[in-house]
Amino acid sequence: MRLQKISKTSFLIATTLLTLLITACYPDHNQSTFDPQGPVAESQLHLFWWIFWGGLVVFVLVEGALVYAMIKFRVRSESDIPAQTHGNTRLEIIWTAVPALLLLIIMVPTINGLFYMYEAPKTTKPEHTLEAIGHQWWFEFRYPDPTNSEKEIVTANEVYIPVGYPVAINLESVDVIHSFWVPKLAGKTDMVPSEGNFMWFQADEPGEYYGQCAEYCGTSHANMKFKVIAVPEPDFKSWLQVQSNPALESSDPLAQEGAGVFKSAGCTGCHATKTVVNKGSKGRVGPNLAHVASRRNLAAGMLRNSDENGSVNDALLQKNLRTWLQDPNEVKPGNLMSSGAQVYTDPDKKLTEEQISQLVHYLSSLK
Amino acid sequence: MSTFPISIPRPVHPTGIWGWFTTVDHKRIGILYGVTAFIMFLTGGVEAILMRVQLAGPELDIVSAAVFNQLFTMHGTTMIFLAVMPLSAAFFNFIIPLQIGARDVAFPRLNAFSYWTFLAGALMLKLSWIGGATDAGWFGYAPLTSVAQNPGTGIDFWIISLQILGIASLAASFNFIVTVINMRAPGMTMMRLPLFTWMSFITAILLVLAFPVITVALIELTFDRYFMFNFFNVANGGSVVLWQHLFWVFGHPEVYILILPAMGIVSEVLPVFSKKPLFGYKTVVLAGIIIAFMGWMVWSHHMFTVGLGAVANAVFTVTTMLIAVPTGIKVFNWLGTIWGGSIRFTTPMLFSIGFIAMFLMGGISGVMHAVSPSDAQQQDTYFIPAHLHYVLFGGAIMGILSGIFYWFPKYSGKMYSERQGKISFWLIMIGQNVTFFPMHFVGLDGMPRRIYTYADNMGWNFWNGVTTGGAFILVLGFLLVLDNIGRHWKNGEPAPSDPWDARTLEWSIPSPPPEYNFKEIPIVRSLDDWWATKQGGANKEVPASGGSEENGHDIHLPQPSYWPFVSAAGLLIAAYGVVFNDLLIPWGLAAIGLTIGFVGVYAWSLEPVNDPEEEDSTH
Amino acid sequence: MAQEHAAPIHGKDEGTTTGLSHRKMLMWAFLGSDCMFFGSLIATYLVYQGKSLEGPLPIDVFDIPVTSISTFVLLMSSMSMVLAYSALTKNNMKGFRIWLISTAIMGATFIGFQVYEFSSFANHHVEIDCVSPGELTKYEQHIFDDGCSSGEAHAESHEGLKPQTNLFGTTFYTLTGFHGAHVTLGIVWLLSLLLLSFKKGVITPEKNLDVDLAALYWHFVDVVWIVIFTVVYLFGVFPGF
Repeated sequence: MRLQKISKTSFLIATTLLTLLITACYPDHNQSTFDPQGPVAESQLHLFWWIFWGGLVVFVLVEGALVYAMIKFRVRSESDIPAQTHGNTRLEIIWTAVPALLLLIIMVPTINGLFYMYEAPKTTKPEHTLEAIGHQWWFEFRYPDPTNSEKEIVTANEVYIPVGYPVAINLESVDVIHSFWVPKLAGKTDMVPSEGNFMWFQADEPGEYYGQCAEYCGTSHANMKFKVIAVPEPDFKSWLQVQSNPALESSDPLAQEGAGVFKSAGCTGCHATKTVVNKGSKGRVGPNLAHVASRRNLAAGMLRNSDENGSVNDALLQKNLRTWLQDPNEVKPGNLMSSGAQVYTDPDKKLTEEQISQLVHYLSSLK
Repeated sequence: MSTFPISIPRPVHPTGIWGWFTTVDHKRIGILYGVTAFIMFLTGGVEAILMRVQLAGPELDIVSAAVFNQLFTMHGTTMIFLAVMPLSAAFFNFIIPLQIGARDVAFPRLNAFSYWTFLAGALMLKLSWIGGATDAGWFGYAPLTSVAQNPGTGIDFWIISLQILGIASLAASFNFIVTVINMRAPGMTMMRLPLFTWMSFITAILLVLAFPVITVALIELTFDRYFMFNFFNVANGGSVVLWQHLFWVFGHPEVYILILPAMGIVSEVLPVFSKKPLFGYKTVVLAGIIIAFMGWMVWSHHMFTVGLGAVANAVFTVTTMLIAVPTGIKVFNWLGTIWGGSIRFTTPMLFSIGFIAMFLMGGISGVMHAVSPSDAQQQDTYFIPAHLHYVLFGGAIMGILSGIFYWFPKYSGKMYSERQGKISFWLIMIGQNVTFFPMHFVGLDGMPRRIYTYADNMGWNFWNGVTTGGAFILVLGFLLVLDNIGRHWKNGEPAPSDPWDARTLEWSIPSPPPEYNFKEIPIVRSLDDWWATKQGGANKEVPASGGSEENGHDIHLPQPSYWPFVSAAGLLIAAYGVVFNDLLIPWGLAAIGLTIGFVGVYAWSLEPVNDPEEEDSTH
Repeated sequence: MAQEHAAPIHGKDEGTTTGLSHRKMLMWAFLGSDCMFFGSLIATYLVYQGKSLEGPLPIDVFDIPVTSISTFVLLMSSMSMVLAYSALTKNNMKGFRIWLISTAIMGATFIGFQVYEFSSFANHHVEIDCVSPGELTKYEQHIFDDGCSSGEAHAESHEGLKPQTNLFGTTFYTLTGFHGAHVTLGIVWLLSLLLLSFKKGVITPEKNLDVDLAALYWHFVDVVWIVIFTVVYLFGVFPGF
């Protein structure tokens, strides 16, 4: 009993030390798998440590034997001919059976963990069912509309979840295979076009969790990021309420001109400012912009709009919008807006500085 | 046989460059294979270095996103299909006939054809850099390879050159299967075959069975791209996961195709430099066979995150863990081999020991991936490149380097510099650990693979910098290897026939071997027959053979031939014709190429057969 | 270690370790490889069975009696091949040539059936019962409306089965097309042997390996067809089969 306790403590200490060793040399670890913040990631890390320590023991023993043999049995004299042993059946049986046994032991928690991550807890509430849809190169998110079961509320690249509740996630893709991954909450699951996938996770602490596409999906695969923001359930509800409202009409004349440009320059062809859509309807080509100014990041996690505490900084947001509108390709190479929108492909229709300013004002008013 | 009217006389003893074009000598073909593959390995290395430079720090702008994606795709494809596989093939060619006591391979012209076809495929793939190489990853997951996603010719070049390389590999493998089964010297039973030959034999069987699967997958992709078929067209109900299944049903045996020959080399080198026979010969052979067999049952572990369901993932978790058992058996038997030996630390021995040390690392991280729930955190992160480089660099490449030095005296007839060899070993050993070990860290720290850049605030900066530094140590190591081989091949000390006091038949003949290999076909009486011959006088009796005619001049060797080269050239023209199928006349170039290839093969099959083994068809 | 005293082998009389000729072994290895080739194609077909989003489907296009005839012809060609080989070993060159040529003809007949089948599938007409006018645009041909409830109509489509039509077309044409290519190659091979047989001493009762190999290939291609006929045609039309 006591022995068990000691070994458990030393296991914990060693594990912590090792984590520190790997990660401590520098400040931010936004996607570290060693810092799980929910039960799914925790169970996966737990398994990792099991297999890690087991593997380490095998590694040390075998490498140790190798080094020992190299020192002990190095050549003494050129003419020396060692005993010509051809093998040993008993040894062969031992080193077949022992690893097999070890692997059998590891299999039990592995398969347990496998079924755990594949099935959301029965307590999962239907309104906590998130739909995540992969696009080149951004993420679309949808929650069921609490007021109308036929409708869904749409947002992009940034999604809120209630702390302490399991969230069921249905994964889809509209073009190529992507992968949905928030390392601190759960391992990844692929978003396969036309073959729906499922996963679940839960955040135990409020916070902003980094996510990134983990399956190579084309030119800007590296630039396809998103954020999961965990808040207490009441806050989650009010966020959802805000998200379901249509975009605000601003009284600022510059912003009103921007709204005009938004329509005349063809932005509405791909970007919706309406947030409630029919369940299962096809997404638009570009991210929904109804509440773009309330998001902490722009362009799928490429540009940071918010201060340290997470509140959006208007000056930063406007600067980022300008950067993005001036040359989206600079921020996200190969993006479909710069290859598809006429204002970028046709030099005659290029946005003027004035138009960009108007657009920036309009977009930054979309709280 | 009288000469058939349309046949052209075979070239007789051509010399110089022309001699290399028409050669059917397995040793010359082996050298061609080795040199070409090593050059390809260097090109793959350049691609790797460019990637490492781009990733040396956060948000660097040295290569563009588009170029980076081409770099990692070409790096993977090159290293697997143009470097490791043909480097192994180089050893198959040179060493197998010598180890089994044969004068050539069963089908010398097929062997030549295999090399020229390989060269055609290699050139085609590498030249696709002009105009944009493929950027869909070496695994080419649908639908990234569709015309809609990827309209350029890069993918077409990739598909067609892989098909050509497939033909080359199949031709070589058929040849080696028949050679090993059918051309063993008297007394060379299967259970007396040297381990390298055994592992190569298993590899050839794997290849013959695995390659058709990727051939079919590529054909399906070709039809989708060229003729709007629906195989991977989601809009018409096609499944993009089918591609993954087909690819990995091929792809996992392919992993063993890459590693088994290296395991074979290590199993040759360790006994020689320990002065002991291989520990547990039968178990090691059996483990190789089991690995090859089980290699077919684990492919979905590459697809743990695709969403196949808990049951399917559980099954593949179990099979993947079990395949670690025979692999472990090999490692333990290698330990048993050096245990109690008298170890000489020559360069090849160092590389072989390095192989064990590094391969073990990759094996253990492999078992980590088998644990599918925690693999969900590792899949598609830098942890995977770390794992696969420990297996394929620390494993396959180290094994091949061991072979390059071990057999250097045999194929070049010269001795390399031991001192330089050891320095290069330490550079490569340290370099690979500095390069690949930190990839474990950044992977677990959440860095996905195949990203051309990363943000400053992720905590990945330091270890990425270290990795890039390590890559340059590797460059230094390989430059030394290159210099060592190149310089001493030309000016090295002449090598004796058996510089290592080795155990297998290739060391019983001069270095380099004469064209006919064995003046008299040896009679094999035991495992490690050459060692037994040297130790006990009992085996030294001269075989009671025909006597005087056996003096080199009267040994019938297959004559050189133009046709393998012509057929391969036809294939290359046809391949370009498929990619540029609208040039002048639609499919005209392809038709011309196929006609040349067909004429080549026809003329080849009707060529007067001077090879006694070929002529002898009545058995 | 047991001492084995194999006969010393050297020079011109060099035999093979197993006694089987190299080329025969190569053929077996090739056929093993080809099994995987067809295996992958058949697997693809099976994975996509019943997954087509729209017709025509196997039940719409297959004509089992017709395909049964061509299957029978191909099976008979295998028998004819056996007879050709047997005639050769009995030094009956005339019989050999007759059976060889009849094998090739039967193979060509099979290919003829396949060409007919492909073209009739590609021109297949589909009659659709009672569709709503909104969907009629897809089947613009021959609209008539007997027996349908109001607002609906019969339609007939000339959209036949092409490889591009649906998954069934894609997988069916690829699988059977590659089989047809194998048969065609076999016919070319048989005819080449026929030509060679007129050259003295190339094909003799003793030097029969070339014929033996062609026969092996021919039988293999036949066996593959039996699998295809069962899996694609019979399973496609008789679902409970």
